Amino acid sequence: MTLDNSTVGSDVQARLQASLPDVAQTWSTFQGQERVVVPASQILQFLKVCRDVAGFDQLTDLTCVDLLEMQGAVDRFELVYCLLSVDAGTRLIVKTYLNEPNLTVPTATQVWFGADWLEREVYDMFGIVFEGHPNFKRLLLPDEFVSFPLRKDYPQQGRGERHNFPIITRSKS
Amino acid sequence: MASEVKKQLGDNIFLTTLDAAASWARSNSLWPMPFATACCGIELMSTAASRHDLSRFGSEVMRFSPRQCDLMIVAGRVAMKMLPVLQRIWLQMPEPKWCISMGACACSGGVFDTYAVVQGIDRFMPVDVYIPGCPPRPEQLIKAIVDLQEMIKAGGTYDAREFALRDTAEGPARFDEDELIRIRERNGLKLESPKYDPVH
Repeated sequence: MTLDNSTVGSDVQARLQASLPDVAQTWSTFQGQERVVVPASQILQFLKVCRDVAGFDQLTDLTCVDLLEMQGAVDRFELVYCLLSVDAGTRLIVKTYLNEPNLTVPTATQVWFGADWLEREVYDMFGIVFEGHPNFKRLLLPDEFVSFPLRKDYPQQGRGERHNFPIITRSKS
Repeated sequence: MASEVKKQLGDNIFLTTLDAAASWARSNSLWPMPFATACCGIELMSTAASRHDLSRFGSEVMRFSPRQCDLMIVAGRVAMKMLPVLQRIWLQMPEPKWCISMGACACSGGVFDTYAVVQGIDRFMPVDVYIPGCPPRPEQLIKAIVDLQEMIKAGGTYDAREFALRDTAEGPARFDEDELIRIRERNGLKLESPKYDPVH
């Protein structure tokens, strides 16, 4: 089966816009890849329609970008959902912007359960809170960690976390 | 009389100290605990394999239980999440025990000068022999083990008294994160303060 990417993309766009006329969608294309920006308050509604109407049955990746001090950036965090329709072979990038102090979005685990660890990793590294997640805690870093290290205002050498251990001397071991 | 004893026993008796005898025995049967977390572990395996053959030096019996080992070989970087594990394994090893810090990462953090990697295990646990290199050659590990054997033979005691004397931290002092800022200021580099820091 050959896919004509130019028509597949626009078809998805038309269907999603027809299904959700009240959601502000900003569509763009980059290197044949469809991208859409939706408001954070409506992201869950949009993702559900992506799965049920547009047939995106897989969340391939969920990640975040810290846009702090980036030229031309207005918002602080950019949450990126990479969707894949396994049957049609089409992909869609859904983005939403988040700002302090409201870094909370509803969890996507109720849409794709594969979002479980992805959301925990995004929380671990960026501190984005996913409301309604079934097991919300840090994924990679220890539970005692208080910072979010992939934020741009976090120093690369950390804030002393790597030195915060008891010292075992030879006579005591 | 004396010549009669000598005639009877010949070269079968020699006199030594208990310390020397115990150290001689221990140094020639070191049982390594391979704590391999990265590419140094590959060199460690290579050292034990047939080409370099660590068993020529009497320390080929690698055991994966710390209870059965007396030589910890830390081969690879140690992340801050791994260090409590490393310390626990070290404490589980029976006395007398020794530690080799193998490779740049275990010795100093290597190129991984980041928040997640411990900058040298000697900050938090005792180390007897350091091996430089990234990763070190198997010959270097063999040299370190031979050096350690020499060390044990020279200074070992049967009841491990020499360890009781090492009651202070032997690694570098706790790294002060403000030190980075001072170094940059001294070098004329301005450290730009973060514009936005909600957590701290």
